[in-house]
Amino acid sequence: MQAPAQTAKVLLDADALGRTILRIAHEIVEGNADLERVALVGIHTRGVPLAQRLRRLIDEFAGVEPALGTLDITFYRDDLHVRGCEAPLHPQPVVRATSLDFPLDGMTVVLVDDVLHTGRTIRAAIEALFDFGRPARVQLACVVDRGHRELPIRPDYVGKNLPTARGERIQVQLVEVDEVDAVLLVPTPDPTDETDPETER
Amino acid sequence: MADVTPLVRDELLPPKPPERRHLISIADLSRDDVERLLTLAETFAKTLDRDVKKLPVLKGRTVVNLFYESSTRTSSSFELAAKRLSADVMSIKAAGSAVDKGESLKDTALTIGCYDPEVIVIRHPEIGAPNLVARFTDAHVVNAGDGKHQHPTQALLDLYTIVDELGHVEGLHVAIVGDVLHSRVARSDVQALLLMGARVTLVGPPPLIPRGIEAMGCEVSYEIDAIRDADVVYVLRMQKERMLAGANYVPSLREYSARWGVTPERLRPGQKVMHPGPMNRGVEIDGVVADAADALIERQVRSGLAVRMAVLYDLLTHGPVGVKVAEIQEVA
Repeated sequence: MQAPAQTAKVLLDADALGRTILRIAHEIVEGNADLERVALVGIHTRGVPLAQRLRRLIDEFAGVEPALGTLDITFYRDDLHVRGCEAPLHPQPVVRATSLDFPLDGMTVVLVDDVLHTGRTIRAAIEALFDFGRPARVQLACVVDRGHRELPIRPDYVGKNLPTARGERIQVQLVEVDEVDAVLLVPTPDPTDETDPETER
Repeated sequence: MADVTPLVRDELLPPKPPERRHLISIADLSRDDVERLLTLAETFAKTLDRDVKKLPVLKGRTVVNLFYESSTRTSSSFELAAKRLSADVMSIKAAGSAVDKGESLKDTALTIGCYDPEVIVIRHPEIGAPNLVARFTDAHVVNAGDGKHQHPTQALLDLYTIVDELGHVEGLHVAIVGDVLHSRVARSDVQALLLMGARVTLVGPPPLIPRGIEAMGCEVSYEIDAIRDADVVYVLRMQKERMLAGANYVPSLREYSARWGVTPERLRPGQKVMHPGPMNRGVEIDGVVADAADALIERQVRSGLAVRMAVLYDLLTHGPVGVKVAEIQEVA
């Protein structure tokens, strides 16, 4: 991950991010009586270390270690750039490992991702998940909900609601991937990419 | 894409379509391309063990398989690969199609082009047929074997099988035994293996080893004992159908088998044996060798499916050939 631009604003520092993840872990424990039947499934890239942290925390409070999986949604995306030769600069998405080593049938799957935005990633993740089995229910945990949903998708566990302009970017940084824990607001790099007038600030 | 001499006068050609990516020859690929395809194939191979094996990636895209030569493995593998990626697949065989009525390859290509297929997979007895189809359609063209020239997906699946079994290709010694002269598989495999840093020795009777083939960078031996040094013994099929009528490449199949057949006695324990299929048991390969645990022949077929999924996906989603393999980060 490259260093954020100078203008990036820190919304959550390492401590605040840690507390946020801690609270999500507590809420998952409260929300699920039968933790034996809960599986945490991290969506690549940053959902994976987040799911690992949540599992560690849940094990600390409740003494139960939920099943852990990872999900790569590349093949389920709706914006795959098919016929790449017409836009040669569009890089092919990196396909990472999907690993769900436990039967999904009858489980409560908590999908874990860093930022919830349009909801399209989650739609793809749900579709990918159902190719592996039929979970009893699927919940969604995310560190930041930045709004601008394009699909009827709603998180069950949210770290922070951060209303943003469409051109801005929220970057969740994690030690495991970025060598630092923080949530940053990266303003729009392109002045033509104007703020969405409908956004409540 | 390699340049080809036009088969028709230029003024008769339709305006050139925008540049597309095709897979016609291993020579067009860089080592990075091959590594990217193999990594991708590994991802697809994992989906083959799932309950639901279908992926929605190429939903709504059309893939046409155009086979002018008989084929079981390659055509079934391409068809299933496209179906697993949710593409719509049409398989057209020369026998029973308008080709029987004398339609030219150009006209067949133009006809199929009307359906706007994203990919055309073609096997043809003439060298250059895939290039011709590429000129006359907007599709990405995949060569599934053209005459004695190339069979690139076979070479890729062979690499994949070797990596899957032995962990690497670099530094391995591969002996390719038999009818090299008529074999497009041998040509593609030699290029692919050398590209990935393997050492290749061609073994066979002098009439079946093209003169001067050492220029590709491989070694040549006319002694069957040369296969004992190899880590992998790649047996080629005797291609009776490509041999010119009346030509005496070998005195008889029985003599070929006695002198050049790959038998258990001629192998060293632990040597891996591969064959592109279909096998002539008892001619170029002994049945015992073909069924032994060290034979990777069925593994090759399974790899073929994953590799062809990777090729279709890569052609349709990737940027220009030669883009670096992206780093795969595994989170601990």
